[in-house]
Amino acid sequence: MKEIKVLGTGCAKCTKTVEIISAIANELNIDIDIKKETDPEVIMAYGVMSTPAVIINEVNVHSGSIPHREAIESWLRD
Amino acid sequence: MFEVFTDLASWLVVDIFGLSKTTKLGDALHFFIEDTTKIFFLLLVMIYAIALLRASMNVERVRDYLAGKHKGIGYLLGSSFGAITPFCSCSSIPVFLGFTSAGIPVGITMSFLITSPLINEVAVLLLLSLLGWKFTLLYVVVGMTVGILGGVFLDAIKAERWLQSFAAKALERGQNAPYKVTAKNSDVLSLKERHTFAKEEMLEIFGRVWKWVIIGVGLGSALHGFVPDGWIEEHLGNGQWWSVPSAVLLGIPLYSNATGVIPVMESLIKQGLPIGTTLAFCMSTVAASFPEFILLKQVMQWQLLAVLFVLLLVAFTLIGWIFNFLTPFI
Repeated sequence: MKEIKVLGTGCAKCTKTVEIISAIANELNIDIDIKKETDPEVIMAYGVMSTPAVIINEVNVHSGSIPHREAIESWLRD
Repeated sequence: MFEVFTDLASWLVVDIFGLSKTTKLGDALHFFIEDTTKIFFLLLVMIYAIALLRASMNVERVRDYLAGKHKGIGYLLGSSFGAITPFCSCSSIPVFLGFTSAGIPVGITMSFLITSPLINEVAVLLLLSLLGWKFTLLYVVVGMTVGILGGVFLDAIKAERWLQSFAAKALERGQNAPYKVTAKNSDVLSLKERHTFAKEEMLEIFGRVWKWVIIGVGLGSALHGFVPDGWIEEHLGNGQWWSVPSAVLLGIPLYSNATGVIPVMESLIKQGLPIGTTLAFCMSTVAASFPEFILLKQVMQWQLLAVLFVLLLVAFTLIGWIFNFLTPFI
């Protein structure tokens, strides 16, 4: 199962990112473990400056915006 | 070139709503329609155009550039980048920590963060179209000066001792280790990628600021239509010394971004409020806000927050006084 973290200090876009990824995973019937990470110390540890950022199995795959649908699908599928 | 918006407003107010422009309501409504349509148009066109140019610019590259720069030039660069680099204020904390863990001194990081809300492409654009290039230039110079001197001052008092401990440790690690460039080098963007970026940026920024424009212009129109002509000029027009600190204090609980406050500035200046007082009020509204300070508490101890707060208040008050004093000579 993929472990997904959405990093962000509580902005609207971060919440939206979590919702979109969950919705798409649901559609594709892929089990994921998704959570929002708001602790600035943890965000710093990932070296992320532009939020929302997406971490999948500890790898930073995206930062700075709400990801596109195609991108999310490809992360979930592969 | 902007007459079309005046005509549109006249047509709507007079022909469609059947109001006379000499009534208070008609006058205020005319001002509101003219300004919102003009600003919306300018925003859409200019955000797209600017985003096309700066598609490859982001905070990661700014950090790579600033890391290891000499302090003397660092503040100027930090403040300049603050003015031109886009980032959402909800990213302030990650940006602060990213800069800090790259070993960039707190003062330079703060030059970036103080200047950023004050100056951005939307603000400059609105100022140019509503208040003219002289005022715009003044605003940009003053905003950057606050950022630069603020940063110099914070380093001079060794502000880093008041960071939260994890941030202080990150700074120390960053300053002791040689900096490695980490940003992906996507220098070469195709025109199509730039277009996609610009389009998204345009929709994103517009989606965020349109309500501020409406609120700001609404307040401006209300001032324009309903505050009796000459009232502001009569009571505050001489730049009485106390009017500036009062304006700054009044601006603190009011929280707006530059987009919302500029139409209010336009109206206040037209009503005869001195430039210094107006600038002080608006900068205080934009740059000193409680929500922002509560966020910064995550990385700074209260001593540093207090210093920063007082620093901004003193700076805006001085700006107000200096400009009110200089106005007769400009």
